[in-house]
Amino acid sequence: MIAQAAALPGEEISRPSSIWKQSLATFIENRLALAGAIVLVLLILFSFVGPLLYHTNQTATNLINENLAPSGSHLLGTTPEGRDELGRLMVGGQSTIEVGLGVGVLATLFGMVYGSVAGYLGGVVDAVMMRIVDALLSIPYLFFVVLLAALVQVNLLVLILVLSAVSWLSTARLVRGETLSLRTRDFVSASTGFGSRMRHVIARHITPNLLGVVVVNGTLKVADAILAFAAVAYLGLGPAPPATNWGELISAGINNLFDGYWWQLWPAGVLIVAIVIAVNVIGDGLSDVVEVRLQKR
Amino acid sequence: MIAYVIRRLGQAVIVMFIVSVVVFGILHLLPGGLVRAQLGPRATPLAVHDLTVQEGLNKPLVVQYGIWAWHALQGNLGFSYKLNQSVASLLGEYLPRDLLLVGVSLLFAIAIAVPLGIWQGYRRNRPDDNALSTIMLIFYSAPSFLLAVCLIVVFNIWTNLLPSTATNFGANVGTDVRVLALPVMALCLGNVSYFSRYVRSATIDNLLSDHVRTAIAKGAAPRRMLARHVLRNSLSSTVTLVGLTLPYVLSGSLVIEALFNFPGMGLLFWNAAQDRDFPVLLGVVLVVTVATVVGNLLADLGYAALDPRVRLR
Repeated sequence: MIAQAAALPGEEISRPSSIWKQSLATFIENRLALAGAIVLVLLILFSFVGPLLYHTNQTATNLINENLAPSGSHLLGTTPEGRDELGRLMVGGQSTIEVGLGVGVLATLFGMVYGSVAGYLGGVVDAVMMRIVDALLSIPYLFFVVLLAALVQVNLLVLILVLSAVSWLSTARLVRGETLSLRTRDFVSASTGFGSRMRHVIARHITPNLLGVVVVNGTLKVADAILAFAAVAYLGLGPAPPATNWGELISAGINNLFDGYWWQLWPAGVLIVAIVIAVNVIGDGLSDVVEVRLQKR
Repeated sequence: MIAYVIRRLGQAVIVMFIVSVVVFGILHLLPGGLVRAQLGPRATPLAVHDLTVQEGLNKPLVVQYGIWAWHALQGNLGFSYKLNQSVASLLGEYLPRDLLLVGVSLLFAIAIAVPLGIWQGYRRNRPDDNALSTIMLIFYSAPSFLLAVCLIVVFNIWTNLLPSTATNFGANVGTDVRVLALPVMALCLGNVSYFSRYVRSATIDNLLSDHVRTAIAKGAAPRRMLARHVLRNSLSSTVTLVGLTLPYVLSGSLVIEALFNFPGMGLLFWNAAQDRDFPVLLGVVLVVTVATVVGNLLADLGYAALDPRVRLR
């Protein structure tokens, strides 16, 4: 140990850079992930800052202006209700991004608590908790979401809760597996030996070691949630107008597909594919970071 | 093997029990209850009371669950008051069409994805693999209904080769093939992108394993090595993968059936959701879940039959 710590002659001792700096460097090395991050930032700016620069009326319908082709006054034409399509895409982007991030965070947090408790306690409690997860996972998620959406009045918050209700299951399963293996490690048994309570062990020892895997998983969840939200909106069970989202805009475009109103369909389609690809490649980049960390451990 | 089968069957039964409790619970979470859903908000208190007694809704919940589960086991899933038909007979009508649509598209997806994934794994990080991976990423990241619309644009609007709706499915066998083509393709695209990603990484793992290295060292040509050593291993893990993805595949069929107006369970379910026709909604959820559990069970047993290591664990 001492020989390792002392620098050999002629060799410089470099301070090890922080974990965040190293992680950032690994992430940037993955060019695709970097591009994904840039696209995501641009889409967030488009949705949230865009309406401040490009003023449109997104509440009133205007039947004189319905289905107008792109022109100087409506850069991307108008919707079947006569609203400005570009402005609509901005508003729709807000709810799409909010649902994606909301479900990603909520489902990850809940799945993490549930999975680590099941994995930590083990035995009968674990068996019961995980059979519940198995059961809910075998209900095809979209059927479950549509059923719940038909039960209640849907708004954005309810939809985030409903989508989270199906999304946390796989996180719980993943976290439980990781916890099972972490629980047997020396530093955890040492802490338990000193008399630490479950809450302390999970919060201070288990969770920090899970974080990498869970963040990657959560990122992919954001992408899945955006797609699930689009499917729900396509099925006509999203929040009611004047609220909108990219899935609903695509749906409106599909209704007018045979009239050739391309501006109602393809811009929304490109945006949703772009954001899902961006989030997916960011997830791949983050998983590189986690793998490098695991190798160094 | 027998011990494994019994243990696995036991798990499936427990899962089905929990699902039935969840579904039953949802039925009773209905605002105003089943009676209000059936009679509407303007029903008189007397009518509400009569129906409550008639349906046994005044009994304790556990007893109600027992009656409901007993009926469900006998195939009695209730009555659709919107379609004026028993749920079981509706399912008997719609389910076989789904088996056809989902089954055919799954077969095509496996037939395309396995060779594709093996090829990509073999040629990993070369230009052709990168190009294919990019295309798959796009398919993977696009909503299924958007992919379906792209297919409609190409095969219906531009070339007028195939019909864009499946409304008249079942008219006769000759036209059914053409009617089914686009929905099958649409379901297939998403599944191919999902399966091939998986087969690709499984192939990369396989290529690094000892038995493949030995085969190469003994002079096996690439084709023989891929066909005899990699393909077999990839196929057996694809079996489990298909079982695991059944919930997603069925969810996908819900959207595709709504888009193409294909008269399957997805469309039945969607229409029921818009009519708030709860007996149909719950019946369909129960049936698709049974299908998933049975599919998973078959996949696991198939995998255990193909790979002895699993059943010894």
